[in-house]
Amino acid sequence: MDVLIEYSPSLLAGAWVTLQVAVLSLLLAVSTGLFGAACKLSKIAPLRWWTALYTTILRGVPDLVMMLLVFYGGQVLLNQISDYLEWDMIELNAFAAGVLTIGLIFGAYFTETFRGAFQAVPVGQMEAGRAYGMSGWQVFRRILFPQMLRYALPGMGNNWLVLLKSTAIVSMIGLSDMTWLADQAGRTTHQPFAFYLAVCVLYLTMTSVSNAVLQRLERRYNVGVREANV
Amino acid sequence: MTHKASKELLRVENLHKQYGDNEVLKGVSLTANAGDVISIIGSSGSGKSTWLRCINFLEQPTSGRIIVAGEEVKLLPGKKDELKVADPKQLQRIRTRLSMVFQHFNLWAHMTVLENIIEAPIHVLGLPKREAMERAERYLERVGVWEFRDTYPAHMSGGQQQRVAIARALAMEPEALLFDEPTSALDPELVGDVLKVMRSIAEEGRTMLVVTHEMGFAREVANHVIFVHQGRVEEEGNPQEVLSKPNSERLQQFLSGNLK
Amino acid sequence: MEWFDLTVVTGSLPEFWRGLWMTLHLTAIALVVGFGFAVPLSIARLSKNPWVSAPVRAYTYFFRGTPMLVQLLLIYYGVGQSEWMQGMWEAGNPFWLLFRDAYFCALLAFTLNTCAYQLEMFAGAIRNTPHGEVEAATAMGMTRSTALRRIILPSALRRALPPLSNEVILMLQGSAIASAVTLVDLTGAARNVYSRHYAPFEAFIFAGLLYLAVTFVLVGLFRVAENRWLAHLQPRRSASAQKD
Repeated sequence: MDVLIEYSPSLLAGAWVTLQVAVLSLLLAVSTGLFGAACKLSKIAPLRWWTALYTTILRGVPDLVMMLLVFYGGQVLLNQISDYLEWDMIELNAFAAGVLTIGLIFGAYFTETFRGAFQAVPVGQMEAGRAYGMSGWQVFRRILFPQMLRYALPGMGNNWLVLLKSTAIVSMIGLSDMTWLADQAGRTTHQPFAFYLAVCVLYLTMTSVSNAVLQRLERRYNVGVREANV
Repeated sequence: MTHKASKELLRVENLHKQYGDNEVLKGVSLTANAGDVISIIGSSGSGKSTWLRCINFLEQPTSGRIIVAGEEVKLLPGKKDELKVADPKQLQRIRTRLSMVFQHFNLWAHMTVLENIIEAPIHVLGLPKREAMERAERYLERVGVWEFRDTYPAHMSGGQQQRVAIARALAMEPEALLFDEPTSALDPELVGDVLKVMRSIAEEGRTMLVVTHEMGFAREVANHVIFVHQGRVEEEGNPQEVLSKPNSERLQQFLSGNLK
Repeated sequence: MEWFDLTVVTGSLPEFWRGLWMTLHLTAIALVVGFGFAVPLSIARLSKNPWVSAPVRAYTYFFRGTPMLVQLLLIYYGVGQSEWMQGMWEAGNPFWLLFRDAYFCALLAFTLNTCAYQLEMFAGAIRNTPHGEVEAATAMGMTRSTALRRIILPSALRRALPPLSNEVILMLQGSAIASAVTLVDLTGAARNVYSRHYAPFEAFIFAGLLYLAVTFVLVGLFRVAENRWLAHLQPRRSASAQKD
């Protein structure tokens, strides 16, 4: 227990890194997802095909393989560019590689979530908006988007929880998140069990808080919706 | 018209059922002899379905006695004022002798029609599969849905599903059949087929207890009708007499609402 | 400037195949053993007796709330290399020797993880069994255990097929972390190829394609299974899709 207290500032700093990776990845994933859903629902066929290819590949390849490809492959590309421009070697940042990979992978999951949610909004809702003289943008902004969010919320919450746990793999490209720091501390003190358990507790705290917030949000967004009686 | 009573099959005595402060059944009784067709009628919320469901203990009565073919169901006081069945083995045995047909059919969705029918005869009665299959085919033909034997329930109309449910009940070869509003969940044009099947099995001399809204069935097929109002038997007797010359004001109101 | 050198891949094919084989059996054994425990535990999860259901809930809370990588590290480095465990080894207890073995630890972590997810899926499916179907079984005189065995479980396990197919694919991809504990699975093989040739594109793209191929096969298999085992739900599905 004493060692845990001694190392707690370091672990908490790691937890902060984990949270930053998670939140920045989420932002990237949600924007990619909205864009991807728009492409998947677009009238332009090649746009739909390319998005389908993106979601299939990103969801069919392990996150770790993708991350190693982005990190090590990205470094090779950077080296070639800096060679070509005769610059000094630029080192690829593990933090950026982590956020980019996790953001793009979950962008694929969010694409599917948003696509389903857009399609779940009944056509009549949009028709009613147009019938009252709203412009296309107004219908989207005032009717379609808010309703879509309600349908998307459970899927978004689920994606976030999976994303949060996925961040642990950034430790495998050397980013000093809490898993990596626990690994280091465990080696130095010869008490790996205590440190990994501490990481578990930190993750459990994050997932439990997320769950509580998500439940609240769902209750709020479901105002005006009747639950089916079972 | 009345069948001459020979053997008593089912007797319910002074049944009470309470949900919290709400007393749904305030002491109801009935006796069914072999071959009787008893209709239980009443407006929704009168307690008529609860009565039927208490008879095979899908719901626990608060007090009362139930005697099936001379064998009284042994009851013990349970929690929350409800009675508890003392001997689960006895209850299971009695349930196999009183087959139920539900308002919403309750066919097992993951089984084909044939599998639905042989399930309980094999796994409850312990019949060999061959014999269960023979029974199933016979009763499916009897209710007119034999050609659907390899179909899943969800692929059939409500009327067809309900006829399968009747075949499933018949395949148990029970002493009596309990019908819980068997036509209430059906589209109007499908009601006729199910009533026809029920009428024809009634004519075979089977004992039936039918909770229903179908006054035509109560009048023409049943030999006894019970009108339940607010958890009490308000009036009962020969359907021809009771339904054409109701004594109680409540039944008059009920019938005029229904027969208009 | 050759960025994809095919000879790197062709020269390392046996290594990739060995890695793929490791990935496949590691995933398959974890999924099957996890399934075997998940079915009875899902029933325990729904028990009205808190002494039975609470431990199961605590177990799924832990394993679904933490990353599988941390679970794996906890078991292999945490449990396996603790001082207490070193003492057990010195005492010559053969069971505890297993925790020295990376393969055993990975299998244990994956099994515990997938079992937790599967059992919650099954518990959800059991809870959603139409009440009328259970009532019909009761009314026909089935005992609680017969109804569970003949009606509730067969119905629930079929309805759990779509989420189960999802879990199988997530498990396949999740198994890539086995390389964190020195195992040479498909990802481990790719990492070795990368570090030997300094060829990240060849190594990781080829490994990714192999994962993708296995995923396609699994999706196809589950589609066949769903057509067979979920045929009874299909009209309802098409009925709900006809809103255009």
